[in-house]
Amino acid sequence: MNKNKNSLEANNRKSVAITAVIFLLPVILFLAVYVLYPIIDTFVISTYKWNGISANRDFVGLKNWKRLLEDTKFWAAFWHNIVIMVVSVVIQIPLGLALATFLNFFTKKVRISRVFKTVWFFPYLMSSVAIGFLFTYALATNGGIISTISGWFGGQNIDLLGNPKTALLTIILIVSWQFTPFYMVYCMAGYSGISDDIYEASVIDGATRGQYFWKVALPLLKPSLISAAILSMVGSLKYFDLIYVMTNGGPGSSTELMATYMYKFSFSQFNMGYGSTVAGGMFILITAVALLTMKGLNRGGEE
Amino acid sequence: MKGKEGKNTIKKTTVKGHVSWIIACVLAAFWLLITILPFIFMVLNSFKDKFEMLVKGIFQLPDKFNTTNYSEVLNGRFFHYFMNSIIVLTISLVVLLFISACAAYPLARFKFRLNGFIYGLIVACMSIPIHITLIPVFKLSKSIGLYDTIWALIGPYIAFGIPISVFILTSFMKEIPKEIEEAAAIDGCSRFRMFFSVILPLSKPGLSTLAIYNGVTMWNEFSFAYTLTQSPEARTLPLAVWDFQGQYSMNIPMIMAVLTLTILPMIILYIFMQEKLVKGMMAGAVKG
Repeated sequence: MNKNKNSLEANNRKSVAITAVIFLLPVILFLAVYVLYPIIDTFVISTYKWNGISANRDFVGLKNWKRLLEDTKFWAAFWHNIVIMVVSVVIQIPLGLALATFLNFFTKKVRISRVFKTVWFFPYLMSSVAIGFLFTYALATNGGIISTISGWFGGQNIDLLGNPKTALLTIILIVSWQFTPFYMVYCMAGYSGISDDIYEASVIDGATRGQYFWKVALPLLKPSLISAAILSMVGSLKYFDLIYVMTNGGPGSSTELMATYMYKFSFSQFNMGYGSTVAGGMFILITAVALLTMKGLNRGGEE
Repeated sequence: MKGKEGKNTIKKTTVKGHVSWIIACVLAAFWLLITILPFIFMVLNSFKDKFEMLVKGIFQLPDKFNTTNYSEVLNGRFFHYFMNSIIVLTISLVVLLFISACAAYPLARFKFRLNGFIYGLIVACMSIPIHITLIPVFKLSKSIGLYDTIWALIGPYIAFGIPISVFILTSFMKEIPKEIEEAAAIDGCSRFRMFFSVILPLSKPGLSTLAIYNGVTMWNEFSFAYTLTQSPEARTLPLAVWDFQGQYSMNIPMIMAVLTLTILPMIILYIFMQEKLVKGMMAGAVKG
């Protein structure tokens, strides 16, 4: 009897495994072909000198990697990514939180805040390419929004994107314009997780809105804010579309990022070997930063 | 209105409350202005004549709202790009959602040895930058002859949508009560039939959320579209701006018309399905 039951169970387990494999196969196949294999292949290509077109490529070993380590332009690009990462977190998340808090307090009372909610979200619906083009013209030195407003007050035309000193900051502000709505929605999701009872209880206890926000809501929102920060950080390190459209790394290399640097080598100069090395370096750095921040923030959360 | 006593007790806070209320509203209105200004710039100037914008200034209303820019863009290749985007989006989305649901089913409901490992591996793919896959995928599309066709985009779009979709669908399917499945099993329902006739229909809310989230991402995707296609015949809507810019580089109102037209579908969709879209974004937001 017992033996029979065991074999039945084993049979059952086997059929579960087979069914699982059938269901999982398509997804695994896609990931293998378009994600896992390309990652390995990028590291393989990084050991060659190759123009991406010709059939023969020269094996150069770790020469590209040595070049990457000594490439000050790559490390400058990495530094720009870090600057974008830090400033983005500092601007986007508090701003998103502030907007969500406003909506949370006033939506129930004031109809017009629905208009705020709708319009505030608009920038996130636009593709980065469209935003890039729009702001290229909107910030044009001659006949752009900022220059025109400056003209009303008797000021000069302002060239924000052509000036190496202001270009990166301008880009960061545009990125914030684009992504703040995302973090607003993120914080709204956090607020919807706080039950009305908690708000009512603190009102009955005589808390003002400010006290409620700092002492009650903020600690409860902390987990969502932490994951928002991780998202924002990893996203900043991958940033590409907008910069490629607006400045392509310039003026000079003042807005060069790892991704635009990689793209330049791979698809403008067709130096795919070194382009792959830059991509590989980018992958390693992003993974490292992601793991470090996750570890650090989780430890912070435990305390 | 509340009774007199009630009014007295909250009186102290109301003066202070009013001031902070006003400050909050002013700041909110200020951000509204910053959000909307570029859009006003875009729409206003898209109705202008080629030189009208430069001569009259950018915030001046156009002399008459002429729609020649729009008709010229729409008579050009605009619909071609639009259709390309629709085709890529539809196929990628249908395949992505179906295979992700398939994968989520065993991950959520079966017990087998590698379950946790496979799930972890799929979800970990979320933080991978697409740039590391760009050269090999470019190479691959060339060698299988898909380069410079819209079909080259479908594979990468599906693959990069998988991690978030499997993540959300797995947690969604875990919530479906076991009793439903057990009842079906007693009726002699096989696992495959169970999936198609029980689990899949019950996952509809999760699927529609994901359709919106992935749809927005795919509709706006740039890096793959730019790398894997070259000719206007194969390009999608985000790249339309690019080609129009080459064509009308000095005609800014024309480019503003192109931009307005590319964004319009998203805005319309958003206004009609605001709640769902925001929910979809929230679901996407949980991925961290």
